[in-house]
Amino acid sequence: MEFIAAYLPSAMMNDQTISQLPLALPEIVMLCMASIVLIVDLFLNDKTRGGTYILSQFTLLALVVITVMSFTQQKSIAFHGTFVRDGMGDLLKIFVYIVTFTVFLYSKSYLKARDMFKGEYYVLGLFAVLGMMVMISAQSFLTIYLGLELLSLCMYALVALQRDSIIASESAMKYFVLGAIASGMLLYGMSMIYGATGSLELATINAEVMKNTDNIVLIFGLVFVLVGVAFKLGAVPFHMWLPDVYQGSPTAVAIFIGSAPKIAAFAMTMRLLVDGLHGLHVQWQDMLIIMAVASLAIGNIVAIAQTNIKRMLAYSTISHVGFIMLGIMTAEKGGYTASMFYTIVYTLMALGAFGMIMYMSRMGFESDKLDDFRGLNQRSPWFAFIMLIFMFSMAGVPPFVGFWAKLSILKAVVAVDMTWLAVTAVVFSIIGAFYYLRIIKLMYFDTPQETSAIEGASDLRVMLSLNGIAILGLGLYPELIMGLVISVM
Amino acid sequence: MITLTEVLILAAIMFSISVAGIFLNRKNLIILLMSIELMLLSVNINFIAFSYYMGDLAGQVFVFFILTVAAAEAAIGLAILVVLFRNKRTINVDDLNEMKG
Amino acid sequence: MPSVYLWIVLAPLIGSIIAGLFGKVIGRSGAHWVTIIGVGISCLLSLVVFKHHVMDGGAVYNDSVYIWLETEGIKFHIGFLVDNLTAMMMVVVTFVSLMVHIYTIGYMHDDPGYQRFFSYISLFTFSMLMLVMSNNFLQLFFGWEAVGLVSYLLIGFWFKKSTATFANLKAFLINRVGDFGFILGIAAVLMYFGSLDYKTVFENVDKVSGLQMEVIEGVSWSVMTFICIGLFIGAMGKSAQVPLHVWLPDSMEGPTPISALIHAATMVTAGIFMVARMSPLYELSESALLFVMFIGATTALFMGFLGLVQNDIKRVVAYSTLSQLGYMTAALGASAYAAGIFHLMTHAFFKALLFLGAGSVIIAMHHEQDMRKMGGLRKYMPITWITSLIGSLALIGTPFFAGFYSKDSIILAVGNSDLNSWVQSYAYYALLAGVFFTALYSFRMYFMVFHGKERMDEHTRSHLHETPWVVTVPLIALAIPSIFIGAYFVEDMVFGDFFKSAIYVAPAHDVLASLPKDDWLSMVTHAVPFSMPFILALAGVVVAWFFWMKRPDIPAMLEEKFKWLHTLLVEKYYADHLYIKLIAPFGRWLGDKLWRWGDVKIIDGAIVNGSAKTVGFVASKVRNIQTGFLYTYAFTMIVGLVVLIAVFVYGWDKIISTLG
Repeated sequence: MEFIAAYLPSAMMNDQTISQLPLALPEIVMLCMASIVLIVDLFLNDKTRGGTYILSQFTLLALVVITVMSFTQQKSIAFHGTFVRDGMGDLLKIFVYIVTFTVFLYSKSYLKARDMFKGEYYVLGLFAVLGMMVMISAQSFLTIYLGLELLSLCMYALVALQRDSIIASESAMKYFVLGAIASGMLLYGMSMIYGATGSLELATINAEVMKNTDNIVLIFGLVFVLVGVAFKLGAVPFHMWLPDVYQGSPTAVAIFIGSAPKIAAFAMTMRLLVDGLHGLHVQWQDMLIIMAVASLAIGNIVAIAQTNIKRMLAYSTISHVGFIMLGIMTAEKGGYTASMFYTIVYTLMALGAFGMIMYMSRMGFESDKLDDFRGLNQRSPWFAFIMLIFMFSMAGVPPFVGFWAKLSILKAVVAVDMTWLAVTAVVFSIIGAFYYLRIIKLMYFDTPQETSAIEGASDLRVMLSLNGIAILGLGLYPELIMGLVISVM
Repeated sequence: MITLTEVLILAAIMFSISVAGIFLNRKNLIILLMSIELMLLSVNINFIAFSYYMGDLAGQVFVFFILTVAAAEAAIGLAILVVLFRNKRTINVDDLNEMKG
Repeated sequence: MPSVYLWIVLAPLIGSIIAGLFGKVIGRSGAHWVTIIGVGISCLLSLVVFKHHVMDGGAVYNDSVYIWLETEGIKFHIGFLVDNLTAMMMVVVTFVSLMVHIYTIGYMHDDPGYQRFFSYISLFTFSMLMLVMSNNFLQLFFGWEAVGLVSYLLIGFWFKKSTATFANLKAFLINRVGDFGFILGIAAVLMYFGSLDYKTVFENVDKVSGLQMEVIEGVSWSVMTFICIGLFIGAMGKSAQVPLHVWLPDSMEGPTPISALIHAATMVTAGIFMVARMSPLYELSESALLFVMFIGATTALFMGFLGLVQNDIKRVVAYSTLSQLGYMTAALGASAYAAGIFHLMTHAFFKALLFLGAGSVIIAMHHEQDMRKMGGLRKYMPITWITSLIGSLALIGTPFFAGFYSKDSIILAVGNSDLNSWVQSYAYYALLAGVFFTALYSFRMYFMVFHGKERMDEHTRSHLHETPWVVTVPLIALAIPSIFIGAYFVEDMVFGDFFKSAIYVAPAHDVLASLPKDDWLSMVTHAVPFSMPFILALAGVVVAWFFWMKRPDIPAMLEEKFKWLHTLLVEKYYADHLYIKLIAPFGRWLGDKLWRWGDVKIIDGAIVNGSAKTVGFVASKVRNIQTGFLYTYAFTMIVGLVVLIAVFVYGWDKIISTLG
């Protein structure tokens, strides 16, 4: 019964475990700070609520500093093989903080205008970030599951934050039920793989899988696990929740769901498929191809039929997920690098697009119809230009960074001799370009439905401008992020 | 002696029942929540069975975590249900189609 | 230095972006301040660069500042090649641009599109600088298209005027014809040299010079000739050479500052600059040189004729621009690149001056452009009068004025060219005759506007006064170089080694070296009083005075007598008719047929619309899968799961064999 020792309290707090605690410093800080924010918020009233906001933003900035200071390329596994600290994880976490920081900043005035400027949003947001951090650093099925659930439970609650909205509560219900099914399937798959390999730790599982790749139970488990992953990413046919949740949830929540969790989902996919089940890559490659092509097709085609921009962005997300999957599908380092680059770039573009919606919205007006963007150029040429950058970048037009993201994926796909797949991706991207360009056409060539000037908070305006310039600047110097990504892969 | 296969089949049947419950049920949302619980229980049985027959405790530890999370999940699910009922005055699955397309 | 080059380019761009995107925020005065400061910085730094390269003999700079993409050996770089030629162009572009910026404050004073206008002209300055400072063909092409785009936007600036939109469409279409040749030329460069970098291309000319190519089977061309003529067709479009000249007179529909900056001083000379830059290529193809010379001389003479019958003050200046561009081109054909560029520089100053002077008159006349309704303005607008007189004297080549030195060098060079062909003697006599007509129409305009009877109506007359300082200061600032710059630079540029390595002339063609070495004074003493150009110019002025001041009945009588000739000129040799009535309808007929059969039926019907319709149809159907019902969503997931299990656990082959 020696194996019990590892899980007994007396054994758990041995010297080795304590000495490993610093590795989880960002997670520990986040947990403490999220709890502190929760308690502090209790003592604040609506007038002093800004304190919660400032404390949350401070936490995220502090975490950026902590993670950058302790940044390490070296892979170290801790806590009995459940936790990993490596360069990829650190880089992804840094982007999660930055993205969440931006989300909070964009959302502030939106929430204030809708009487939703409450502590719950920030506390749930911070706990969701903690969930993402655990997912990114997970090295065993247990930690993956816990991180995923921590993230998902916070998200369900966030979607239902607008308590008097019918569509918000409906989309929360849908998200919750489908999410629960997906995690049920993921768990079922995990139990199969556990049964076949006798371990929950990814490294051990990988070693076991290598010994016997033809095990039918393993492949059975792999399919179920992949369903869970695909649901989190939003790949077809496990994408159905995405459009409804994007449309139904308040934009301040939709921007959160549409950005940072994608980074965590990418990390989860990498941990599960590459760290844990690389031995089965012949099987999961084919599964990813099927889902990627379906995502590219459905995402790009159905987006054309949308009139709600949030819904359109949901379908556009689905198509971007197709690209991310293509990179992972290569099962090569080059592909992983390209996917990671794509994921980061995608979150930056999604932030901007949702940020624009929030910038244009005001009390009682959501600005989530495509028609609301008509003639934006006449109302605000600068922000029409910023939106143009986001749309061009999402469509993959050079010289914006979205072009480099797509190009690197295509290169990686061609490098593994799957040119037909690259061609398919290009064809669907061209179809997809249509609905991005339609927004540009609306902004520049149509007459506005209303001519009033747009009132946006100045911090929102500055950040949104920076966001747009970043997309342009990174397009001119793609090496800035690409170099970082390559260095940690 | 009950064999591992028999337990796995039991779990598989429970899983299938829960799945069927999710997409066949078009009336009450609470039945959906129950189906989800059933699905998690089938997973638990799987884990415990493997854990027992392989003599590895990790699976059983996992089950404790799943049970805890399932409780939290049920709490949130019911909370959303209450919000939904307050807004729509119904918890009929068939009425949840404000958004589509 | 590299950061200085970068700032020269970026300052106008930043100004343009601020004025364009934040026009409403910074207001009218904000817009002109920000752009003028941008261009001012650029101009000052250009002078620094000029001093560094020309005065202090700084080394040639040739490097990439930014690498965007490198694929299969082809580099997409942004880089600068700065030598004496570039430095001179930079000074000309930024100085004229700065003057025009200041002038615009007065000219566009009441225009609602004030900020937009400043944004455009700053953007133009940026594009033009990118063009002249480029060190590779790709960036050259970028600048080439960018200046074309801004020109298009500015000709149609008053887009509510139907003539303006017609004119900008015309400019756009004609330039596409030129661009077609230009692209072919660049493509051929890429094909045979495998690089788009100037330096690499020029270093490898020997490897390509002997090659032949067959575009049409059986007809073989020298590769070098093909490249040079292709590039020159691009230059013909941009620099408005016959027969691609028709857009330039119409471009006068744009605001006058634009005519001065883009359609006289800078953009239209891009073609001349490009050919000079490519001199190592052109030197290897005598056929191309002869072609260039022929086109140039034809433009110089025949466009000059047209200036005689125009009554719109801006159009007279426009035709004189065409004619002067012809002179420059002819100089290029004679391998006298330095003389061509020298004329480009002097012309930039005095022609911008003439345009701005015309603009000043137009402001005073309340936007009346017909010279028949002017006259005697000398009294009312002394500064405009004296500066316009300086401009005209420079244009016709009066000794000591800038135009004299450059134009005389060109005529001498073409006269002494070693190219042994009838083209050379044709060009020489065409250019000589051109001198007479230049003087004739220039002074016709001068007399009609500033002297003689006051033919305007009473209301206009009572409001006549000199224009504000923002208009007159640029006039004075441009008048000074129009007098002195020729004398100052003639020794270095024409007879000296000003351009050093920037321009390459084969020893056999080096006509400028064969000319007797003159300085600025001896050039005048050689010319006065017995050289042909001098006599012809003088004759032109005298005839103009006699015809339009002394005996205005004579031109009227001549007009009556040679009705057909007059009509021919008024109708601009029917070139517009040819394009609009013949070529365009034929093109449209052909296009229509192709469209009806090829496009509508096959491409549009089946491919484009078909696919767009299919996609739209599919989209509207596929979205129905998303029913909105929770159980459908769950069901889809389960179907997905089952399919994956079926495929991967059960296996493809088993499924197929079960089905089959």
